[in-house]
Amino acid sequence: MGLKEKLHQTKLKYQGKKMAPAFNAIHTFLYAPNETTHSGSHVRGADDLKRTMNTVIMSLVPCLIFGMFNAGYQQYAAINGFPADFSIMEHFLTWDNFLIGAATILPLVVVSYGIGLAVEFVFAVIKGHEVEEGYLVTGMLVPLIVPVDTPLWMLAIAVIFGVVIGKEVFGGTGMNILNPALTIRAFLFFAYPTWMSGDKVWVHGAVDGVTKAGSTDAISGETVLGYLAQGNTAEMAQKYDLADMFFGFIPGSVGETSTFLILLGGLFLIFSKIASWRIMLSAVLGSLAMGLIFNGIVAAEWIPEYSKFYSLMSFEYWQHLLVGGLAFGIVFMATDPVTGSQTNRGKWIYGFLIGFMSVMIRVFNPGYPEGVFLAILLMNVFAPTIDHYVVRGNIKRRMKRLKNATIYPKVTEGAEALKTETV
Amino acid sequence: MLNLPAIFDNTKVYNNMSKDIRIKKGLNINLVGAAEQTTSKAVLSNVYALNLDDFHGITPKMLVKQGAEVKAGEPLFFNKSQEDMLFVSPVSGELVEIVRGARRRILTLKILADKTQEYVAHGPLDLAAMDAESLKAFLLKSGVWPFVKQRPYDIIANPESTPKAIFISGYTTAPLAAESDYVLQGKEAELQAAITALGKLTPGKVHVSVGKSDNSPLEKMQGITLHKVSGPHPAGLVGTQINKIDPINKGEVVWTIAPQDLIIIGELLLTGKFNAERTIALTGSVVKAPKYYTTKIGAEISTFLYASGVHQDNYRLINGDVLTGAKSHPEGYLGFYNNTVTAIPEGDDYEFFGWNKPIFNKVSTTRALTFSWMQPKKKYDLTTNTNGEHRAFVVTGQYEQVFPMDIYPLQLLKACMVKDLDEMEQLGLYEVAPEDFSLTEFICISKQPHQQIIREGLDLLHQEIG
Repeated sequence: MGLKEKLHQTKLKYQGKKMAPAFNAIHTFLYAPNETTHSGSHVRGADDLKRTMNTVIMSLVPCLIFGMFNAGYQQYAAINGFPADFSIMEHFLTWDNFLIGAATILPLVVVSYGIGLAVEFVFAVIKGHEVEEGYLVTGMLVPLIVPVDTPLWMLAIAVIFGVVIGKEVFGGTGMNILNPALTIRAFLFFAYPTWMSGDKVWVHGAVDGVTKAGSTDAISGETVLGYLAQGNTAEMAQKYDLADMFFGFIPGSVGETSTFLILLGGLFLIFSKIASWRIMLSAVLGSLAMGLIFNGIVAAEWIPEYSKFYSLMSFEYWQHLLVGGLAFGIVFMATDPVTGSQTNRGKWIYGFLIGFMSVMIRVFNPGYPEGVFLAILLMNVFAPTIDHYVVRGNIKRRMKRLKNATIYPKVTEGAEALKTETV
Repeated sequence: MLNLPAIFDNTKVYNNMSKDIRIKKGLNINLVGAAEQTTSKAVLSNVYALNLDDFHGITPKMLVKQGAEVKAGEPLFFNKSQEDMLFVSPVSGELVEIVRGARRRILTLKILADKTQEYVAHGPLDLAAMDAESLKAFLLKSGVWPFVKQRPYDIIANPESTPKAIFISGYTTAPLAAESDYVLQGKEAELQAAITALGKLTPGKVHVSVGKSDNSPLEKMQGITLHKVSGPHPAGLVGTQINKIDPINKGEVVWTIAPQDLIIIGELLLTGKFNAERTIALTGSVVKAPKYYTTKIGAEISTFLYASGVHQDNYRLINGDVLTGAKSHPEGYLGFYNNTVTAIPEGDDYEFFGWNKPIFNKVSTTRALTFSWMQPKKKYDLTTNTNGEHRAFVVTGQYEQVFPMDIYPLQLLKACMVKDLDEMEQLGLYEVAPEDFSLTEFICISKQPHQQIIREGLDLLHQEIG
């Protein structure tokens, strides 16, 4: 008896039992189910939710692998200083970097998936529905949007909070209002603000007091945005050039640093028609618009140079897309179909406002290292409102048409009307 | 050279209000097993059956008892809520069985056919002299009325209402469906008679849509507004055409009728006989020799299925096309409205890592390791597998790619699911029939039963608002 038959027998045995969803989740992971159509269309398209989610995961893998190398590289650079003759093969894609990165990041991935899927399984068994695939992507996003040195226990608590409060209380995948991955990130940020901000958590070892080579100074890893928020534009420029920002050789959350790989992932998602290009494009436009406004304010000399907003405001408008989590958020989080706008027209508005607000929060609130997660969460809340007004437009068109409707009375009604007239 | 008289002759046909309809959104599902354009006469069936599920929302009241002898065209039952709407026997013979289901609901009526067919003779008709009311009464009592469907609600037309227009689609885009251009060949006289009659029932227009190819017999009809339609499925669905030509508003009624049913109405009007004969397409990858057959409504499917032969035993037989047909079996009977019978393989098997491996042999609108976009001309051998499990709605913007109407499909489906009557009305439920959601159902990543959702929504709206 082959594996297929064995699993089929087990499935029949579990049918209707409490543990059936748990078994089915594993079974359908191995084998696409033998389910056939019973109403409506007799044939169905090739795509299902697992395939859709898997496509998103595939587009995230390069960011994850890059994040591992980068974690090692940032630690190395913090200890030994940035190599003057930087070469990718020699200094970045090294075995050492990868091992250090993998050792810090894989536990994050394991905790994220382990805890998150455990919660999903428990809920599926309790509520008797199938384990849904939403967490496959969330579980991958979470380790990519947290700082390298996030303690695993914090992550575990945040994941439980995010999955239960962010998703399951609303009824599971497809019903949630807020993006679960961002709910987890927001929980981490607001529950442990001292840990989650500052200059220590972005480079592996900095929190534990690993020291710089040849000195007793503890290493630090300020992010680009951190420098800018403090007005240290010169120091930042000396450390990182544009190519560093674009290709991602900068400190930051695990998977968000490489705008280049995010761009590739985004193009793959657009090509495969899984994510909305409308949201991505409009969010980019929105952030450029806000950046231009700030640049304009600086150019018009409306704010003095000593203002604490000056360095972020004068930051070249398009470079906002290269630093922080903005690009990552636009490509992988704003495009979440469940929490985003659902109408095509709504997507334009929704995306634009995300880009616009991200840069606004980034500039005006230096307390937050990054505004994109707050902007997306905010727009998640407003997405149904945007859709409501877009759909109203369609309804209004229909109402307008109604004025010219040709409605004939029913034959019997007509006869009755005639009768009453003669009486 | 300008041929003036011909142009003048055609002014009635080529009404200046006619417009060409180009549909861009949609999806042609190319399947293996299209019917070859040759027609054979099917073996005569012993038993003919009327499946009551074909008449949605009709509560039958029997007029004859089991064992009674009936002629072709003789009433078997009437509609309880519209007593003059009669449903007649397609053949002459003995009513051998009334199959009943739960709570004695009538499911199927079976008639053992006579060797020589006798028809109810409806006497000579003077179509030109008949007014709308007498014509309606005649169509109701002769049993052809059920061919006329109405929107809203996608039910048999309520004869008490007056439609603002009548729509006939002579353009076929559904996968493997019988080609209208082919099955209507040589039936010009019947088609014209039926169209002239139907034209009397509406103060509005009779809209007829045909493909671009110029070989539909419907093009030559008098008294119609002709539309040339092009584009992928669902361009051929009458609902799509209504939406583009003259969308239905709240309170309005339009009637639709399938062109193959016009032939039966037309023949009745010309000869006084209800002749249930129809050319059907036997299609699908399981069929060895897919082609056309002439047979009668209610005939045993086996009478032509086995003449063409089948490749395998584990298959699904569909009364209709793969997107909208009803599940049947080889011992089943040709449906009242169907002119297509499809046989495709059952997909009741597991597929190892079916959710993540690259797919070359299935149709998809995405490119998520699915490669149907690379070969738009390729013909596929699809099975009945759902290719995934039922989930809540997750992905958005997907249905809109294949849904050409000015309606928000996802929002309308959700309104139906939560039974929000106001929202259903406002979002355009009056304009649609379940079949309009067959393509969104096909591509649905969450494998939601769209047609069932819309059907239930329509029934609810009908029941609540009437």
